[in-house]
Amino acid sequence: MKHQTDTRETVIAVKGLCKSFGSHRVLDHFDLTLQRGESLVVLGRSGSGKSVLIKCIIGLIRPDHGKITVLDENVLTLDHKAMDKMRMKVGFLFQSNALYDSMTVRENLEFPLRRHAFRMGQQEVDDLVMEALKNVGLEHTVDMMPVELSGGMRKRIALARTLILKPEIILYDEPTTGLDPITSREIINLINTIGEKYHTASIIITHDMKCVQLTAQRVAMLIDGRCYATGTYDALKNNPDEKINLFFQ
Amino acid sequence: MNFPDATRVFLNQTGEISRFAFRFFRQGLRTRYEWQELLRQCYIVGYKSLPLAALTAFIMGLVLTMQLHPTMVYYGVEAMIPAMVGISIVREIGPILTALIFAGKIGSSIGAELGSMKVTEQIDAMEVSGTNPFKYLVVTRTLASVLMLPVLVILSDAVSLYGSYLGINLYEQVQFNLFFKQILDSLAYQDVVPAIVKTFFFGFAVGIIGCFQGYNSSKGTEGVGRSANAAVVVSSVLIFILDLIAVQVADLL
Ligand SMILES: Nc1ncnc2c1ncn2[C@@H]1O[C@H](COP(=O)(O)OP(=O)(O)OP(=O)(O)O)[C@@H](O)[C@H]1O
Ligand SMILES: [Mg+2]
Repeated sequence: MKHQTDTRETVIAVKGLCKSFGSHRVLDHFDLTLQRGESLVVLGRSGSGKSVLIKCIIGLIRPDHGKITVLDENVLTLDHKAMDKMRMKVGFLFQSNALYDSMTVRENLEFPLRRHAFRMGQQEVDDLVMEALKNVGLEHTVDMMPVELSGGMRKRIALARTLILKPEIILYDEPTTGLDPITSREIINLINTIGEKYHTASIIITHDMKCVQLTAQRVAMLIDGRCYATGTYDALKNNPDEKINLFFQ
Repeated sequence: MNFPDATRVFLNQTGEISRFAFRFFRQGLRTRYEWQELLRQCYIVGYKSLPLAALTAFIMGLVLTMQLHPTMVYYGVEAMIPAMVGISIVREIGPILTALIFAGKIGSSIGAELGSMKVTEQIDAMEVSGTNPFKYLVVTRTLASVLMLPVLVILSDAVSLYGSYLGINLYEQVQFNLFFKQILDSLAYQDVVPAIVKTFFFGFAVGIIGCFQGYNSSKGTEGVGRSANAAVVVSSVLIFILDLIAVQVADLL
């Protein structure tokens, strides 16, 4: 199910990223690159700073030092307008789904479309909403409220909302955590299908080894705030290093 | 300087809240006004608290009159009841009671709503969807509180005075027109205007404190509960402090 990259073009480059909360240093000179169409897994223990890393990439958290380039834009120097423009091309699937509780599924999906200052007719918006829901197989939930959905369905709706702007890059924050093995398998399949269908590059954050195995073309290990090692799943699995080995037991 | 811990926490909070309020004014003036969300919030904020505010106001007017009546009769000044009740309700009881009900109802719901949006990353999600969450959530809710509380207070005053009219009719027959004419005659411009003006500040206090507590909610579900609770406690205290300031300022004028 792993799709192949065709062109080698860097879409995300992170260099020397540092972030501390108080005296607690979460990221310590972290480096990472992502190629167009590539799917990269960032593997790390709970609390190692994975969410902090991708929130820095999308500009939600301001790092202390370092350089982040997304689609040839320097994220740290962008103004509001340019930042919004960049964020239209980068989808973000939140760890806690972040569906708006007070809105229906339809309104949830329409939100990014309407807010990003597009001038779209109602018909066009409806079509995009239905297409996004179809991609995740949940067309019948369009008028339901998020509370009426199960955890797996909510994750899929959140994924549909991420996809609705047809992003070039998608950042997944622990897409399978808290789901049963069958549902998480469905989500993994969706991630792979979407990658193939729209040729998106993706960074997938996880500590679920099944997810790593099935989605990763390349794995980066976040240990002690640094990018400790990168390589394919198989290469890392056979790596004798103790800290790396811990994940594969 | 060495402050005791509690003092330091208090000063810290005060500073944070002031900064948050300052940000409200700066962001509120920037373009892309969220009219639609503002209208929606006005409707929610006003409509949700109206029944409760009206009920408490009605009971307060009724009970106040019933309790005053025996004493006033004893001193032979029962004719003064409409004037007394009118002044106390319009100047103090109406605004403060409605503001406290408003703090309990709207302050806590804003605190809980924004708190849960914060911990479930909905605020982050808005930000990556081309929306300034501070303007979309904080500015609209605070403005809605500022605009709706005075309206609620005026309605509550009216309901409260009507309660008082019913209360007085339990003892003696008083004409509706006469009762309200006496009230209006006893109320001067400087009774009414400061009382209404201060409710704008009460509304601001409830809105901004509710948003502040929710927006800075700590992770986890107990953080949401704490935000809702703190929103009510802090804004209620602030309402009394503002009331104290208002009475001093009104005296100067
Ligand atoms: N806003 C914040 N304020 C203070 N500390 C924070 C903040 N955000 C994250 N941290 C700290 O940074 C560290 C990394 O957090 P992060 O959420 O990135 O972990 P994670 O790798 O995503 O873990 P998980 O797998 O549990 O999601 C944690 O120790 C956390 O306490
Ligand atoms: Mg995380």
